[in-house]
Amino acid sequence: MSLALTAAVDERDLDLELEVGDGEVVALLGPNGAGKSTVLALVAGLLRPDRGRITLAGRTLTDVGAGHTRTFVAPHARRIALLAQDPLLFPHLDVTDNVAFGPRSRGRSRADAARTAATWLDRVGATELADRRPAQLSGGQAQRVAIARALAAEPDLLLLDEPMAALDVAVAPALRQMLKRVLSGQSALVVTHDVLDALLLADRVYVLDGGRVVETGPSRHVLAQPRSAFAARVAGLNLVAGRWREGSVHSSSGLRVAGLAVGEKPAEGAWVAAIFRPASVGVFREPPGGSPRNALPVTVTDLEPRGDLIRVHGVDLMADVTPQAVADLGLAPGDRVLFSVKATDVTVYTS
Amino acid sequence: MARHQRQVGLPRWLFVPAAAGALFVVLPLVAIVARVDWPDFLTLVTSESSLEALKLSLRTSAASTVLCVLLGVPMAVLLARTSFRGQGLVRSLVLLPLVLPPVVGGIALLYTFGRRGLLGESLEVLGIQIAFSTTAVVLAQTFVALPFLVVSLEGALRTGGERYEVVAATLGAPPTTVFRRVTLPLVLPGLVSGAVLSFARALGEFGATITFAGSLQGVTRTLPLEIYLQRETDADAAVALSLVLVVVAVLVIGLARGRAT
Repeated sequence: MSLALTAAVDERDLDLELEVGDGEVVALLGPNGAGKSTVLALVAGLLRPDRGRITLAGRTLTDVGAGHTRTFVAPHARRIALLAQDPLLFPHLDVTDNVAFGPRSRGRSRADAARTAATWLDRVGATELADRRPAQLSGGQAQRVAIARALAAEPDLLLLDEPMAALDVAVAPALRQMLKRVLSGQSALVVTHDVLDALLLADRVYVLDGGRVVETGPSRHVLAQPRSAFAARVAGLNLVAGRWREGSVHSSSGLRVAGLAVGEKPAEGAWVAAIFRPASVGVFREPPGGSPRNALPVTVTDLEPRGDLIRVHGVDLMADVTPQAVADLGLAPGDRVLFSVKATDVTVYTS
Repeated sequence: MARHQRQVGLPRWLFVPAAAGALFVVLPLVAIVARVDWPDFLTLVTSESSLEALKLSLRTSAASTVLCVLLGVPMAVLLARTSFRGQGLVRSLVLLPLVLPPVVGGIALLYTFGRRGLLGESLEVLGIQIAFSTTAVVLAQTFVALPFLVVSLEGALRTGGERYEVVAATLGAPPTTVFRRVTLPLVLPGLVSGAVLSFARALGEFGATITFAGSLQGVTRTLPLEIYLQRETDADAAVALSLVLVVVAVLVIGLARGRAT
């Protein structure tokens, strides 16, 4: 049931290639407007690319090129189910009929479809909701039922569009655990903003930005050693990408960050990425003296409380400092400051 | 649910024209009620010609409502769910009978289905005569009532959006299944209130009917035509029958509002 996609959508400046292996769960990460939802729409058959080809389990679903459509399978015939942020349970059907909708639509008998529905409701832990109407469910319950409904359709591929985003923080962990359980063996493509979703649910991630794949690899690997600014941000790390010269990373925006290279020493002029934690960053008004520290000029864009610390946001970088430090410096958005980080706290990866 | 509470006061003088407007609508109704010859009311509304007109009205209005649903639902769905060149123009044309004087509609129908009409001549060959028959009454009523159904259903379809239909399709439902099991049930309240409005409009139809169908007792003389005719000879009967139509209209509005909320 593997998916292969190559597609370009000119209007949204999207041009990318991606794959989902048989039984693999793949996460799509990326900032708003990166093209994640467009990818789902392309795969689901809700959008026709300007050029491209999508195949699933050996079947060609979309094949468009040179200004004409060779193949375009209708959404209902793709065997691809879509689970959105909003559960969208049919309000006029009870929970069982909602879950039985997929099997019924494929021509299964009423009794058979009801049995399938009962099985899936059991697997998502929603058996006791079977006779309720969608209006009588909480957000978390409704999303459980929506997951059961999507899986009961027995899709070759399941698309999940930020399945946890609309939920209470309190119910998300339980739902994530359940999702991990029911997704095992199911090919799935998950759009998410949440690093935990990517880590726990997905085997592999694609990081999209500006309609292109900027990074891909096993989830743990990408999130532990992010090479794109977005992956670093979702992983809660600072990232400065640039060329390696004389033990420092030189970014195109003029930043220079010295750090310790991981593994083999990068070649002079090679593309590398420096990564450091916000907690390792100190904020100063004047260049600090003493030990060999990196001093990066930053304009403060925002101050955000995070537990006992305050996160100081710059355009691309962030620092976690104490409220005392913020008060002493009199920090406010718009201030020009220096982010200081020890070279030993900076890890450099070869891109 | 938060109750809407105004923080800013309204100008007091606004109440005067508003009250005048309400009075303007209600007063004529009161006038009818006041003018009704109550002791003879039952006799008046149950005279042979009255009963025949009432029955004909109900029968033809029901038939034209069914026609409106059969033709109007597909029209509303296509207008709400597709986009094509000239869609705006099509929508305006479909809604034209709303603003067209009914008598003009009647003349238009006459030159379409009448003996010398666009289709009438071919129908004549087949031995079908439409003008001045009960069928003509139904067509005239459908012509003026159809836009009501299309407008209210298209509105309901647009408000509801397409999201449930997309989900249904990704669950493997072919278009006909989506239409039958998702689209229609979700807009049922809109469809019912549209049908009720169409029925009411058909019941009140006068101008197109008298032009296209004439006024033959028991065949084409519906209640509004009967009222108009009686007014010349027996004003009391006209008033009594008018009250019957007022009551029906009030019931219809109550029904439509009940569905909407």
